[in-house]
Amino acid sequence: MAIDSKVVAQVAHLARLKVDEGDSAALSDRLNDILAMVDQLQQADVADVAPMAHPLDVTQPLRDDEVSEPNVRDKAMDIAPAAEDGCFLVPRVIE
Amino acid sequence: MHTKTLTELKAGLANRDFSSRELTEHFLARIQQYDGELNSFITVTADTALAQADAADAALAAGNAGLLTGLPIAHKDIFCTEGVRTSCGSKMLDTFIAPYTATVVEKMAAEGAVMLGKTNMDEFAMGSSNETSYYGPVKNPWDLERVPGGSSGGAAACLGARLAPGATGTDTGGSIRQPAALNNITGLKPTYGRVSRWGMIAFASSLDQAGPMGQSAEDCALMLQAMAGHDHRDSTSLNEKVDDYLGALSGDISGLTIGIPEEFFPDTLDGAIADNSREAIRELEKLGAKVVSVSLPSIKLSVPAYYVIAPAEASSNLSRFDGVRFGHRCEDPQDLEDLYKRSRSEGFGDEVKRRILVGTYALSAGYYDAYYRRAQQVRRLIRDDFARAFEKVDVLMGPTAPETAFKLGDKKDDPVSMYMADVFTIGVNLAGLPALSMPTGFINGLPTGTQIIGNYFREGQILNVAHKYQQATDWHKQAPAFGGEQ
Repeated sequence: MAIDSKVVAQVAHLARLKVDEGDSAALSDRLNDILAMVDQLQQADVADVAPMAHPLDVTQPLRDDEVSEPNVRDKAMDIAPAAEDGCFLVPRVIE
Repeated sequence: MHTKTLTELKAGLANRDFSSRELTEHFLARIQQYDGELNSFITVTADTALAQADAADAALAAGNAGLLTGLPIAHKDIFCTEGVRTSCGSKMLDTFIAPYTATVVEKMAAEGAVMLGKTNMDEFAMGSSNETSYYGPVKNPWDLERVPGGSSGGAAACLGARLAPGATGTDTGGSIRQPAALNNITGLKPTYGRVSRWGMIAFASSLDQAGPMGQSAEDCALMLQAMAGHDHRDSTSLNEKVDDYLGALSGDISGLTIGIPEEFFPDTLDGAIADNSREAIRELEKLGAKVVSVSLPSIKLSVPAYYVIAPAEASSNLSRFDGVRFGHRCEDPQDLEDLYKRSRSEGFGDEVKRRILVGTYALSAGYYDAYYRRAQQVRRLIRDDFARAFEKVDVLMGPTAPETAFKLGDKKDDPVSMYMADVFTIGVNLAGLPALSMPTGFINGLPTGTQIIGNYFREGQILNVAHKYQQATDWHKQAPAFGGEQ
């Protein structure tokens, strides 16, 4: 499953990353090196093995349905790159 | 003062041999003098450190000392610290002032710890050499032309050079243990879920775990005592009783069974690395331990499994850096798409981008079963191998890293070769087990480490084994020539 510049462009779009055309070939090579190493996984006999998401097979706890978080709107606005009137600013999305 | 362990400094403070202010000023002066060359800190918080030291001196005088009162600690720059830049080694967070404090930092502060500053690290903890940091590489104090390992390279280097007496680190695939080995210090990765991840910037959430790094196992026990415990703010934090880690150090190790996984001593391993670890195991045999051979047949697939799971989780975790709510934002975005793409491409370094791309590819339609699902299946095989071994043995031991510190730049352009630096440490993260690295001798003047892996929640036992070894040997007391009079 070799990666070429076209696949790099598709995956980069999915990840919302910009890849310069000049870097694409070298990046494909590195990604192919990594995937070739990862392909050792195909040797494993995993028939009837359940995927493991947590080593101790614990489940997520539930908490009481009540407000527990303080309002940190001002703090959140302080660290935003652009904010106004308690809202994050982004480029216009609706013409 | 800097030659003393954290435990000795605690006794010195209790005896009023020196004040916390004197101690803190001493370490701040050492950082000032030596860190220009070492680059182990991203941010030094001198003013708050001195204020905390004065508060600690008042608490000591009033007889209200906690576990860590007055002891200077360096925190990895992955832990959020309210009002202090928390960069995670990335341009993305270069101007990010955390709006809250991580549980680990909060718990240590509640026990009286003094924060010296924030240590350098590989960007978003992705790396084994500290060369991916936006703030430049950290140097290894044993040889300034070599890497300190990573990703907690700043923590390990500042401890090695005695610029701080204790530090926190995080370990997703070996990021506490491998740099500990390369800098001649002791570091512990606890059981997954033992220490809260709240406020610790996420890389691969099912693997990330914070732990203590110090000059000795005893120091790590002291710090872990303050760090460990359930936190309702981290849903993966485990609600298990915290053991008495310092108390565990008085245990007897006669009758302890050490398993030696044959996979940790492959034919291809550098003979001198193998010899140092075998010698450490022989020392423990002299102290009454028994040694048996075991096998972990699936562990050979731990690096490939990790390089699917960790990038997959990272690609998801790092999607939050979008240039909208916090972090780097590009200039003059044309539209929202351009804002996302340019902010992320400018903010992330090459290795982080590679991992996001690998993770996105592995999770994309049509590839999920071949990569992610299969990696999670292999993960269970690896966990089951460890479980079988722990039916017969108390701990497992082998080398922490396959080589000593390599030269800066040597592996920078070859990711797969860099990934192999963690070949002996990654399996432990996939299985969620606790493991410690301790200094066990040198090769050509460079430190080597040996790993002790325990069963779930057996941090006390691992620390005790290392402590017994350190009482009988003095490798961990060796300090580099760098840093002046040791």
